[in-house]
Amino acid sequence: MKLTGAQALIRSLEMEQVEVMFGLPGGAILPVYDPLIDSSIRHILVRHEQGAGHMASGYAHATGRPGVAMVTSGPAATNIVTPLADAYMDSVPMVVVTGQVPFSVIGTDAFQECDTVGITMPITKHNWLITNPQDIPTIVREAFHVATTGRPGPVLIDIPKDVANMTMDWYWPESVDLPGYKPTTKGHPKQIKDAARLICQAQRPVIYAGGGILKARAAEALRAFAELIGAPVVTTLMARGSFPDSHELCLGMPGMHGNYTAITAMQKSDLLIALGSRFDDRVTGKLDGFAPDAKVIHVDIDPAEQGKVRRPDVPIVGDCKIVIEELIKATKSEISKTSKPDLSPWIAQIRQWQKDFPLYYNQEEGGLLKPQFVIEKLREAAPDDTILASGVGQHQMWASQHWKFEHPYTWVNSGGLGTMGYSVPAAIGAKVGRPDRMVWAVDGDGCFQMTAQELVTATAEKIPVKIAILNNAYLGMVRQWQELFYEERYSEVYLSPDLPDYVKWAEAMGCVGMRVEDAGDVETTIEKANEINDRPVVIDFRTDYREKVYPMVAAGTSNDSVILDPAMTERAGR
Amino acid sequence: MSVNPRHHILSVLVENKPGVLTRVAALFSRRGFNIVSLAVGPTEEDRFSRMTIVVDADESPLEQIVKQLNKLIPVIKIGEIAHDEGVERELMLITLKATSDVRGQVTELTAIFDAKIVDVGHEAMTIMVAGEADKLDSFTELVRPFGIVEQQRTGRIAMPKLARQQVKLRAVKTART
Ligand SMILES: Cc1ncc(C[n+]2csc(CCOP(=O)(O)OP(=O)(O)O)c2C)c(N)n1
Ligand SMILES: [Mg+2]
Repeated sequence: MKLTGAQALIRSLEMEQVEVMFGLPGGAILPVYDPLIDSSIRHILVRHEQGAGHMASGYAHATGRPGVAMVTSGPAATNIVTPLADAYMDSVPMVVVTGQVPFSVIGTDAFQECDTVGITMPITKHNWLITNPQDIPTIVREAFHVATTGRPGPVLIDIPKDVANMTMDWYWPESVDLPGYKPTTKGHPKQIKDAARLICQAQRPVIYAGGGILKARAAEALRAFAELIGAPVVTTLMARGSFPDSHELCLGMPGMHGNYTAITAMQKSDLLIALGSRFDDRVTGKLDGFAPDAKVIHVDIDPAEQGKVRRPDVPIVGDCKIVIEELIKATKSEISKTSKPDLSPWIAQIRQWQKDFPLYYNQEEGGLLKPQFVIEKLREAAPDDTILASGVGQHQMWASQHWKFEHPYTWVNSGGLGTMGYSVPAAIGAKVGRPDRMVWAVDGDGCFQMTAQELVTATAEKIPVKIAILNNAYLGMVRQWQELFYEERYSEVYLSPDLPDYVKWAEAMGCVGMRVEDAGDVETTIEKANEINDRPVVIDFRTDYREKVYPMVAAGTSNDSVILDPAMTERAGR
Repeated sequence: MSVNPRHHILSVLVENKPGVLTRVAALFSRRGFNIVSLAVGPTEEDRFSRMTIVVDADESPLEQIVKQLNKLIPVIKIGEIAHDEGVERELMLITLKATSDVRGQVTELTAIFDAKIVDVGHEAMTIMVAGEADKLDSFTELVRPFGIVEQQRTGRIAMPKLARQQVKLRAVKTART
């Protein structure tokens, strides 16, 4: 069967079971948009290519399936660079197709030409420039394989316009042949044994769960493992939801804005069991002061993570789910041979910290609206399995701290790159992937202004997401740093609470817009929003601009110096 | 033989595809490492090429670079060849000012170094020298007084020594992503 390159590309995406893609056409990709009309694939027309990329990412987070985006060459390709970098940092499986000027004119500074493969090389797991239409099925097959296996990540396929127009003989490859790509999935038996031995000796173990748990679909295995060994679990920003917050062994988020107990338990631990986590600087604080007494078992599918930051005592390269299951077996057999130390003093210590240093805020009656209060009320009113997306800034930290995550794949956020503007498009992508779920985005006023136009996409495509803007009129996180570390010299962080008018803006985009200024109106407004199912909703919560994110470990300091909310310390009379 | 302990020889087997060299080279430059020499060529299998990279780096960043190199999809295998465990060779072409009065001296040096005169002009000669890097260095120093017009070196290639027991290509590639 003869097909054009463009037809072969769409056909190959169908073969990969792509049900939806996010994109925006233009000159170089025109040939590929034509066969799309006859395809079963749903296309969501975005208003900016950055939106397409983050939607694909949100879709991937929520469904575990690769997100697909398609855009044209030049400026469209550069517009999707940020989402690629974002997905690369957070190991999100994504396949991005970009149009390219005809192969015959590459290198001539043709209209809308840019070196997309060159630009995206360091921010993709791999990328391909198609030079022969006959290669299309093979490359698409390879692209999906690379994006979704091993440590997942974004890949990019650049297709020149003339290649899309040429004909090829259709085929579908039976398998992929990448001799240099063979991810290790099973743990090394000796390492597993060594790990089990350490686990059975530890008196103060902590499981340090990272985003890899979710990527490996290992949440259940993690729970079984934690319950078997009775160790507390911290869930990093990328791992929120991988272990239920309501579980008695769950300590919540560690790191720069983690809670006191999660941070301190890691600090005092004698064994860190790192599962799909990567010792990010936001987790470790000053590295040479991090968890000084802890031995480390590090499980990661990416060998390059072993020893990258902290040298593990037992490195285990493998898929988190498989390795955890192996660890469970090995630990059971080890327990049957030796006696495992009693962890109750350790757990008692942890309970004491939890009691003494809880997360704190104070919503005074008649006082300015506290952002944390809004998040708590959102949580209370939303179903258990609601998906929460967030932007980047104070609101993100409050969302991660105060939302109670009970299920995996209910938290969609930009951790590694910290991309402002992530939440609106990511929430849309998540809702497309999980239309059965309620999807809320907690966004900042600064972030919202970066990608809000995608709500037009949401209205047009009937994707009823809900956005809560925690409008503090500031680039709040930056303001917080200036207040604490730059002697309250506020440089370029004021935004204004009512410019733009978020309610009118929401309405102009076809959404329902609401505003809340008093704590007393929070619940009723959220209830109203939760009843709307035919279009997006935006609530402009006017929050207290003075509120800061605590606890905090200042950049460059050790995790031993957790700064608590001064108001809480005062209250407790410490 | 004097070797710089910071110089590591990596023997990298890659897929013979466009763009592979860029991917490999970019990994070094992105981390601020200098490639001392680089030689790329076909291997006994059409599908693969061999890159011999001499890089200036300490052990521990090198370990991370090697792991990152391993993550590149077109990279098949990486081995580090320790200086005392490999056979290293490099080729140099060097053009010298050599008027008739000094030709005799140049010819003599060429013989001593087991080198070869490959071109002769009225006032210059081009000589080919092959061998280990420091042999090429010595030759260059000795002929410098005559005046070097132009010099080119291929970069090192290396193979593990055929030890009587076992080929000692230190496999760095253990597991991959
Ligand atoms: C694209 C981008 N630009 C700049 C930053 C730096 N930055 C981090 S948080 C922040 C402020 C975010 O403001 P807002 O969305 O209002 O959130 P808030 O902190 O007030 O909750 C800025 C500017 C960033 N993370 N991303
Ligand atoms: Mg703000």
